Amino acid sequence: MATEIKVPTLGESVVEATVTKWFKAVGDAVAVDEPLVELETDKVTVEVNAQAAGTLSEIVAAEGADVEVGALLGTIADGAAAAAPKPAAKEKPAPAPPAAPAPDPAPEPAPQPQPAATPALSPAVRKIVREHGLDAAQIPGTGKDGRLTKGDVLAFVKSRAAPPAAPEPPAAPGPPAAPAAPPAAAAPAPGAQFPPRPAGPREERVRMTRLRRRVAERLKEAQNTAAILTTFNEVDMTVVMEMRARYRDAFEKKHGVRVGFMSFFVKACVVALREFPAVNGEIDGDDIVYKNHYDIGVAVGSAQGLVVPVVRDADALSFADIEKSIADFGRRARDGKLALDDLQGGTFTITNGGVFGSLLSTPILNPPQSGILGMHKIQKRPMVTADDSIAARPMMYLALSYDHRIVDGREAVSFLVRVKECIEDPQRIMLDA
Amino acid sequence: MTDTTFDLVVIGGGPGGYVAAIRAAQLGMTVACVEKDATVGGTCLNVGCIPSKALLQSSHHFEEAAHTFAAHGVKTGAVTLDLGTMMTRKTQVVADLTKGVAFLLKKNKVTRLVGVGAITAAGQVTVTEGRKKHVLKAGSIVIATGSDVAPLQGVDIDEKRIVSSTGALSLKSVPKTMVVVGAGIIGLELGSVWRRLGARVTVVEFLDRILPGMDGEACRQMQRILAKQGIEFRLSTKVTGARASKTGVTLSVEPVEGGKSETLKAEVVLVSVGRRPRTQGLGLAGIGVETDAHGFVKVDSGFRTNVPGVFAIGDVIGGAMLAHKAEEEGVAVAEILAGQAGHVNYEAIPGVVYTWPEVASLGRTEEQLKDTGVQYRVGKFPFTANSRARCNADTDGFVKILADAGTDRVLGVHIVGAQAGDVIQEAVIAMEFGGSAEDIARSSHGHPGMSEAIKEAAMAVGGRAIHI
Repeated sequence: MATEIKVPTLGESVVEATVTKWFKAVGDAVAVDEPLVELETDKVTVEVNAQAAGTLSEIVAAEGADVEVGALLGTIADGAAAAAPKPAAKEKPAPAPPAAPAPDPAPEPAPQPQPAATPALSPAVRKIVREHGLDAAQIPGTGKDGRLTKGDVLAFVKSRAAPPAAPEPPAAPGPPAAPAAPPAAAAPAPGAQFPPRPAGPREERVRMTRLRRRVAERLKEAQNTAAILTTFNEVDMTVVMEMRARYRDAFEKKHGVRVGFMSFFVKACVVALREFPAVNGEIDGDDIVYKNHYDIGVAVGSAQGLVVPVVRDADALSFADIEKSIADFGRRARDGKLALDDLQGGTFTITNGGVFGSLLSTPILNPPQSGILGMHKIQKRPMVTADDSIAARPMMYLALSYDHRIVDGREAVSFLVRVKECIEDPQRIMLDA
Repeated sequence: MTDTTFDLVVIGGGPGGYVAAIRAAQLGMTVACVEKDATVGGTCLNVGCIPSKALLQSSHHFEEAAHTFAAHGVKTGAVTLDLGTMMTRKTQVVADLTKGVAFLLKKNKVTRLVGVGAITAAGQVTVTEGRKKHVLKAGSIVIATGSDVAPLQGVDIDEKRIVSSTGALSLKSVPKTMVVVGAGIIGLELGSVWRRLGARVTVVEFLDRILPGMDGEACRQMQRILAKQGIEFRLSTKVTGARASKTGVTLSVEPVEGGKSETLKAEVVLVSVGRRPRTQGLGLAGIGVETDAHGFVKVDSGFRTNVPGVFAIGDVIGGAMLAHKAEEEGVAVAEILAGQAGHVNYEAIPGVVYTWPEVASLGRTEEQLKDTGVQYRVGKFPFTANSRARCNADTDGFVKILADAGTDRVLGVHIVGAQAGDVIQEAVIAMEFGGSAEDIARSSHGHPGMSEAIKEAAMAVGGRAIHI
């Protein structure tokens, strides 16, 4: 009796994944709970373990294939004898060594629609096309001059069998871009009918990773839904820097973690969010949902790019707890060990382009949130002080991007002013004044 | 000194050079081809492919007549060898072909210069013949100077007792004993020639296998066949020194992992341990053309060296040191110079060993597929089950086809058998079109033919061979 290997549930609102790596080959023995295959979603990477012992008898979804939750990945046969594997259809042919005959990641265009006749179909292709009643002209070809190879037709047949992917609901959080939104390309539907142009001699064509495709989609979604505007202010970091310097050792000694800037900004934002609840809210249909909890997403870098784990109930956390939480997220992000739960449900986001040197930017919203604070590089600038003298001060520009549909201009500006006040005089955080 | 200006000057008149010159001329360029030898054709025509294949054919006839004719009911008296005639015929074939190439150059209006070509300045080639010097101005320069025999430390080639392939092609008499150092293509081919003509041949090889780089299963099969033919193999053995006398050579050898040294005595020793790029006298250092650690000229995918206007192709840039590879590159570089998209598909270049039976190899070996984790399927078919092979009494060997497990695309084809080198060509075409094993299986193959084994092996990939 064979055991089917299926794509498991991947988390709320995640319906698709890409097969990134098979750890076992057809014919290999597998033990219960042994990892078989790695799937990549737009948030995290998961491993699928064997539900039964036996031999991997079939790989149906090869590396690179997009699969849905519940789809068949492969089969485990009982016992040690390896069943003869059926030829598995692949979206992309198996990876070959460098400069191998494997086709380009993107299919070459079908023969130019010019007076020239369509190239002849090879014998294997003819048979499959006839058996499935296909229209060869509809199938993208990767062979010489755009001819159909057997692999092309097999892949086409398989993609027709799999139902089209359901559209991603907007509720799932995704990584925002700290600087301006990059141009987003629409993700191709399975069995794309519009093959892209071939790479020229001075170009290289690389398929987008699943994560990047998803990010691109969500960025455009954010732009197309919310009325995103950005308001700016600047903040004098002198006091915060003095506080950090003065209490650095004591803090680190007691809490085992350095006191950074983020805890100050998180706390300042909580104060401001309390006073301007629209910035902490979300639009749902015709309603505005005001949230009574403060789950602040903090953008951190990972190998796959920017991810935004959420510091839960930041209003109830101490500075030390916030710093510890962020440090832990950073570590786990680098190790690729963030869980889906870590990334979901934030009410507001803080992002910091300053670590890369950005002086000023216009962050994009992290849907369905209505506000995002952009921190930037601290740079000494000549400022006019209270007594009209000029002094060098460590200054940071702040940006607040907001959804103008529920946050009006006055609220946004005032929110940012409040954050500025709290940073320039952190005693106001303590006293909530 | 005479000055002349050309769109293209090709240095080297071997398969890479003369083909590049002819293609460039076809595309409308003014071309000069500089060759240091009196005849064109390079190593291939003069001291390589052509003379060796001529001798292989002649010695094959000798062997067939002496050992195989009787079974066919063809009775001969004692078959004797006239080595002089065999050599004369070989020389004639070489002469005819080199004259033929010279004619092709003339027909395509390529100016031919005899002498050593050196790049003496940007866009300038100086050809030195004795005391004469010609200075050519060149829009572009293609270096196609080929390769030389690689030396073996401790074994000095004198081309009399200790010979390279060049000497081995012109021995004055059949040695009673011969040691071949290096079990690559050249060593096995020339070793076969002299074995057939009566020498007792021992092949000494550093690695633990023959024909490095070729599919392991094919090589093991070939080694068995050659051993049955009488060739003795000493694998995993290295040669530490050689002493030549008037009557023969004493070789000292020892196991590669260390151990007792022993001596092998032979009348003639053939050193065939490889070839190295030939760049002496080209003036590369002066003009700043970069070579790699092994002396190969460094080029990019468009055959450009680091010096603008200077290109290089063929053995001198490394890769598979095959005449037909050089020819592909010759065509490609000429097309690139003409502004076209010249390109070589290195994945579909067959390699052939002209022993009998032949070995032909195309694409990936099983070892390479395993190393890179590619899922593949195998289809094999032995020639004992092929009707034509039976008719011809040439039943040694097999066809092996490797295809992608998912798409069935042909990834590699390896053949041991009579005419393997010719029969593998259909697989080259299939690979160029990204064809699948099923495509080959569903194409008609004339019956009875050796190539039916390819069809059956292709069917075997899908588990449906009929004749086995």
